[in-house]
Amino acid sequence: MTSPLQQKIKITGPSMVTANRTWDGVVIYRTAAKDWSTELSNAAIVRTADEARALLAESVADDVGAIGAYIAPVELKDAGKIAPGNLREQIRSEGLTIELPVPA
Amino acid sequence: MYAYDELDRTLINERVSEFRDQVKRRLSGELTEDEFKMLRLQNGVYLQLHAYMFRVAIPYGTLSSKQLRALAHVARRYDRGYGHFTTRQNIQYNWIKLAELPDALADLAEVGIHAMQTSGNNTRNVTSDQWAGVAPGEIEDPRIWSELLRQYTTLHPEFSFLPRKFKFAITASEHDRAAIKIHDIGLRLIKNADGETGFEVLVGGGLGRTPFIGKTIKPFVHGRDLLSYVEAILRVYNQYGRRDNIYKARIKILVHELGIEKFAREVEEEWKQMGDGALTLDHAAIEEVRSRFSYPAYEKLPHMPDELKQAAHDPLFERWRKNSVFPHKVQGYSIVTLSLKPVGGPPGDATADQMDAIADLADKYSFGEIRVGHEQNLALPHVAKRDLPVLWKALDRIGVATPNVNLVTDIIACPGLDYCSLANTRSIPIAQELTRRFADHDTANLIGRLHINISGCINACGHHHVGHIGILGVEKNGEEFYQITIGGRADENAQMGTLIGPAVPYAEVADVIEDIVEAYLALRDRPEELFVDTVKRLGVEPFRERVYATR
Repeated sequence: MTSPLQQKIKITGPSMVTANRTWDGVVIYRTAAKDWSTELSNAAIVRTADEARALLAESVADDVGAIGAYIAPVELKDAGKIAPGNLREQIRSEGLTIELPVPA
Repeated sequence: MYAYDELDRTLINERVSEFRDQVKRRLSGELTEDEFKMLRLQNGVYLQLHAYMFRVAIPYGTLSSKQLRALAHVARRYDRGYGHFTTRQNIQYNWIKLAELPDALADLAEVGIHAMQTSGNNTRNVTSDQWAGVAPGEIEDPRIWSELLRQYTTLHPEFSFLPRKFKFAITASEHDRAAIKIHDIGLRLIKNADGETGFEVLVGGGLGRTPFIGKTIKPFVHGRDLLSYVEAILRVYNQYGRRDNIYKARIKILVHELGIEKFAREVEEEWKQMGDGALTLDHAAIEEVRSRFSYPAYEKLPHMPDELKQAAHDPLFERWRKNSVFPHKVQGYSIVTLSLKPVGGPPGDATADQMDAIADLADKYSFGEIRVGHEQNLALPHVAKRDLPVLWKALDRIGVATPNVNLVTDIIACPGLDYCSLANTRSIPIAQELTRRFADHDTANLIGRLHINISGCINACGHHHVGHIGILGVEKNGEEFYQITIGGRADENAQMGTLIGPAVPYAEVADVIEDIVEAYLALRDRPEELFVDTVKRLGVEPFRERVYATR
């Protein structure tokens, strides 16, 4: 499988890097402080392919802390609020679109 | 039930210890994800959207009540209180933590359950008819052979790094409930003219991106030669199967590209070279496995007990009995299907509380045994008919007596984009909406047998190609669209469905399915003509016209 860093990076708008936390699989976002957060609102936003590549590279380098890092689109709303850029990221960020069989 | 011996128990326990060490090394950074990925996959651990997903094998769909309680315990202790039964007699947990997985595996190992080879490019869980051993007219219990295959393929070094995953399914009944024609190797147990047990062997079936119905490679392979013959198939596949392109790596592609005749010649040649060796099963070996299966001490019971006669006055009971209770090979007993398809619920999910309650009911009414079917329902395989009324009430209380088995709301669906990292679109909300549209039982009954299968991507985990109505989710410019096929089937007459027209948006899928069903009700030539037979008789055109005339 091609490494994420070797894949052609093409972004069409504001983007972030997301992954899953290694020990428990929870969805996490790369922050500007070179750390991870479970909140999308803390994600570092990139706007060019070079910025995205750099953010992805430092994310992938944290192999112990995170797995499966990739670049994903976001939408920037009023007052800088970060929203998921597609349905997949919406589900990862906000949870399932259905009720769980056992309420959380 | 099959009783594991000391070797099985040792193997499973050693595997838990091995995986515990691997997880420890992964979490400490000693193993990178690249190094660890194959190890976790070989233990059924995927990474999905929200968390790790843990897939546990239920070989040939047979569970003891003790094992089901252990599955409930894992759901409660390590997950979010429920599990999802799949189309290949597995259960999946969607919220498991990697750090806790070794403990979950250890708890399962105590009752002889494991997750070995539920993922990865190896031979997967051997599946079978969920009514094996109890179905009337069955030639013999196919689980004996399923178990022999399970033992032979588990951790087989030659087949742990195949070009791609490899799935077996076995049936011993005329009516195929195991979907053998859509498996890499499908085995239909038969007897030859001398009354000897053997198998019609099919090869190269499968769904996904490039679907094929399995082809008969050999009409009769003697039971004693089962392992050597399938090993010959696997060797040819291992040698010639493509490793350069994941989309062309399954055996179905090899069989298609070589042609079944050439592929069969290659297998025959390999098989001849193997000769009568260690893989030839002698009578004692087969009987040893057979002896480790225990069967209930059935009572001699009347065909129509008084309890059943009295309960027949209750229309709700009768509705359930006619839908969910099936003939058993022993007089006075029945097979009871437990619907995991409640109106508005996710298909195939069961809560830990439901699992525990079903385990208790299995102890009380089904000799402690539960079965899992590829339709994502459960079954109690040995229920005395006199107990049906009281069992029905108990099942109803825990929400698994919806009388919709084989009806339009008995939908097979993959987890879809709500859970799955491969999916392009959601499956579960589509299924939920359809169950609400067809919630009225009289309407569903009027429609009759109708299987809807939904997949959230081309990988086809919801077996959409072989649904009477198949729904495949595709993404178009970031939006969810769904292609609809009709006329597919997964049984002994398996065939792929035919696309009826352009994909429709998410919001219109339920309307389209209602249109198709209304067209069927208008077009069928008598109430007994099943949906799939009407499609066969008339083709897709009348349905296409109905659906697209106003769209």
